[in-house]
Amino acid sequence: MNKELLKKIILPLIVLIVIIQIWSGIAAIVEDFPTPSDTYVAAFGGINADGDEIIGVLSDPFYIENQDDKGIFWQIVSSLKRVLAGFVLAILFGVPFGLILGMSKISQYAFDPFIQIFKPISPLAWLPLLLFIFQDINMTAISTIFITSIWPIIINTALGVRSVSEDYMNVAKVLRFTNFEKIVQIILPVSVPYIFTGMRLSLGTAWLVIVAAEMLTGGIGIGFWIWDEYNNLNYHNIIIGIIIVGIIGYLLDLIMGKFANYFDYTQKGRA
Amino acid sequence: MSKKFLSLENIEKRFPIAGKDDYVAVTDINLEIKENEIVSIIGHSGCGKSTLLNMISGLDAQTEGDIVLEGKKIKGPGPDRAVVFQNHSLLPWLTVYNNIEMAVKKVIPNLSPAELRERVEKYINMVNLDHAKDKLPDEISGGMKQRVGIARALSITPKVLLMDEPFGALDSLTRANLQEHLMRIQQNVENTVIIITHDIDEAVLLSDRVIMMTNGPDATIGEILEVNLERPRNRVELQHNPEYIRCREAILSFLYEKFAKDDE
Repeated sequence: MNKELLKKIILPLIVLIVIIQIWSGIAAIVEDFPTPSDTYVAAFGGINADGDEIIGVLSDPFYIENQDDKGIFWQIVSSLKRVLAGFVLAILFGVPFGLILGMSKISQYAFDPFIQIFKPISPLAWLPLLLFIFQDINMTAISTIFITSIWPIIINTALGVRSVSEDYMNVAKVLRFTNFEKIVQIILPVSVPYIFTGMRLSLGTAWLVIVAAEMLTGGIGIGFWIWDEYNNLNYHNIIIGIIIVGIIGYLLDLIMGKFANYFDYTQKGRA
Repeated sequence: MSKKFLSLENIEKRFPIAGKDDYVAVTDINLEIKENEIVSIIGHSGCGKSTLLNMISGLDAQTEGDIVLEGKKIKGPGPDRAVVFQNHSLLPWLTVYNNIEMAVKKVIPNLSPAELRERVEKYINMVNLDHAKDKLPDEISGGMKQRVGIARALSITPKVLLMDEPFGALDSLTRANLQEHLMRIQQNVENTVIIITHDIDEAVLLSDRVIMMTNGPDATIGEILEVNLERPRNRVELQHNPEYIRCREAILSFLYEKFAKDDE
């Protein structure tokens, strides 16, 4: 086997063993803290420390007991749907707005102070207000994600537009491009890598925020599920939830990164 | 020459400075350029030679005076005055072919697909880049990029080709190579060319006339030198040609004796 590959597998495995050792240590000190083996059984099923037969969270992820009791798969799907809806809405509004902001100095002067003030507000601070407006858990979660996602998209799109070199615009002027041609043929291709950077940041933050938002709104979703398991004293499931959130966050970033590379002209034709 | 081709009449360019008098970059520029003439504008940095070119291209507007091309006053940029930029300004996400195609498509929109391809390929061939036509600008050398820039500018058959220190960013061997390209192209397709340069040999080698600018502020045309050399010109043979030596000396004396400039 390839030596590099071996390093990439063996080294993380060693770290994993260390992490599990530390985890076991914490479990030995903190009363009722789930051990790694308890957590494994809770995830994949088997016989737990008390000798009881258990169906794992991941061995039956698709079950639907009733409206309020669904398998982990459905919790994840519902969180992803909300993130995706809020994210797509943020792209639809954020990209055109960012283009305008980047192209027009006047709109930049008009809106920039507000963007600077709104940007650092935790999206969760909006949540009570949104809940009051919509009176609906789903809409509240989606709009929270929308607010989370829109700032990096607007800011990076505008940055991309402003990064268009004067030289390219001079080429466009000599060829007498219309404004529309300038946007489609020059501004967008230059901005796309920036837009995707913004989208990648947005999606990452959106996934961070959805967990907290669902803890507050309740109902369904991976965030709600983790909080619910805390209330049910199923501490091992909290750990399972945390690991799932991490893996999905990683996958989302990976997919976004692939998309970004695909549309980034600077990544093309490079060996 | 009975009819005027391109004329600059009493051109002045001022830049406003907050709280002070305007900065006068160039003033009192009067110049006539004949059709198919190759003219170099030479001067120290800061003499406003690029400003002058930008006013002819229309990318920059003069404060006073008129620039008239074939009887029409120039207002704003247009494809009849193609520009070869110093840093080539190719769009990095388009291949060599597509960069030229983009320009041709926009300026001559009625071409059939076959005519379009033929035209683009003709100009790629003119700068000997057939082998690189599907490459992206980042994949080719600086000299090749500048050749694409020239091909793109020529492909829209401008009335005037404006070159803003076109070879300034290149090493001297590549620069010589491109000068040869330009002279060869000029033999085939007659064009009116205005070249901004700070290279004396380049100015003499390429031009019919060399316009020498005084130093800014208030820069203006100091002297105009006629270069009476037969074409095609050969850079090696020229080294001992009395006319070539005379021209070189005239420019040298202008730049380093009459209008010497200290390095700031």
